[in-house]
Amino acid sequence: MAIDFRNVTKTYPDGTAAVENFTLHVPSHTCTVLLGSSGCGKSTLLRMVNRMIDPSSGAVLIDDNDVATTEPVALRRRIGYVMQDSGLLPHRRVIDNIATVPRLTGASKADAHRRAQELMEIVGLDAALARRYPKQLSGGQQQRVGVARGLAADPNILLMDEPFGAVDPLVRVELQRELQRIQTDLRKTIIFVTHDIDEALTLGDQIVVLKKGGEVAQIGTPENIVEAPANDFVAQFLGLDSARRSLKAAPREGGGWLVSDGRGRPLGVVDSAPDQQHATD
Amino acid sequence: MNHLIDAFDVLLDPESWSGPGGFGVRMLEHLWYTALALIISAAIALPVGLMVGHTGRGRALAVISTGLVRALPTLGLITLAALFVGIGLTAPMIAFVVLAVPSILAGAYAGVESVSPATTDVAKAQGMSGWQVLLRVEIPLGLPLIIGGLRNATLQVVATATLAAYVGAGGLGRQLFLGLRTQDYPLMLAASIAVILLAIVLDACFEFSQRLLRRLLGLV
Repeated sequence: MAIDFRNVTKTYPDGTAAVENFTLHVPSHTCTVLLGSSGCGKSTLLRMVNRMIDPSSGAVLIDDNDVATTEPVALRRRIGYVMQDSGLLPHRRVIDNIATVPRLTGASKADAHRRAQELMEIVGLDAALARRYPKQLSGGQQQRVGVARGLAADPNILLMDEPFGAVDPLVRVELQRELQRIQTDLRKTIIFVTHDIDEALTLGDQIVVLKKGGEVAQIGTPENIVEAPANDFVAQFLGLDSARRSLKAAPREGGGWLVSDGRGRPLGVVDSAPDQQHATD
Repeated sequence: MNHLIDAFDVLLDPESWSGPGGFGVRMLEHLWYTALALIISAAIALPVGLMVGHTGRGRALAVISTGLVRALPTLGLITLAALFVGIGLTAPMIAFVVLAVPSILAGAYAGVESVSPATTDVAKAQGMSGWQVLLRVEIPLGLPLIIGGLRNATLQVVATATLAAYVGAGGLGRQLFLGLRTQDYPLMLAASIAVILLAIVLDACFEFSQRLLRRLLGLV
């Protein structure tokens, strides 16, 4: 399912514009990352897709149907939503949290629980955790439950609002890897909001770099954006100007290369020199 | 001190508990008045309080009006009501309801408001309707505070229900006023102690149910 933002504007009653005249095509079965600092309107844009926020003007379309013509409750039940801090219901057990949407759409408790157990396996959660309450889980486990819940109704669209923002860096990398694995199998249309450049480069098929007010600084693949940042804002946001991403390689004893950034901070090693043959292919 | 010992003698004497005017019957009446007042008050205050908490509308009005109503002296209210509806249970019941409504109302909206906005937001984003958010998220999570409101109201009403006898109804107030009029202080004291014990037992029941609820809701 493709998503289109057409000239979307959101102005609040006090006159502040969260988003101004934003247009974007989100292709089916790909992951689009909205990347920007806080206040750039990225969450506002995300929440327009499931009508948690209605635009002041313009339209959001899912497969050419304006979402404004769909009843919000029905719309939300067929769109997966994963948020920061997992947003799990504290009074419900893990299994019941995951089964929330199937239960709302009328699945029997037994069916919903069976589906929830499948999902726990997909997101890599131990089945023994099913009877726990959210606060008895670690932050990383809670996020996995959040992802499982988002996927429970088998939605075509998955909205992810900084889903891994509140977990420590190691767990975050692990969760990103799991999400990539899940996406290879399920091929959902994902909109993923983050302020973390590395996360965007890891997950995005398409990255949208946003300035204040939802102004698009650049749209492109991760490669496009690193190789050819459209302007100073993007370069600065990526850290290209601060020598973080201008890498140097120095030969190592016994073959291979040591790679370091512009400030000389060692980043890693390359086992052998890039093969000239391949490079020209 | 002698009055106190005599009062316990009265309470420990099986004689004083039996008969149509005994402590046993009066205590049941007292409990019945309390229960009736709570049921009526809850029927009024719970829906209003839950809607105020859920929609956030009318909050200022609820706060101000409950504050005003709380300032009314109950005895004055009973007397005033009795002037209109006469002797009997109606007048004190009106006063008890007026006494209980503010606590229940405050507990209900505070309970709903205590649920984190992030939690209700995500419930909505999953596709819950307004009613489903209220019934499946806000009420269960706010239940300890909602019951806390009922608990406060119960204590206030059970203590004040003695005033029912002031306008000719029953309850433990009968013994109390009888003792007052006949200068039978041990009887008065015995009635007061009975009310206190009743209040303590009811409060303990609420404490127990609140703890049980927190555990059932996984909030501990």
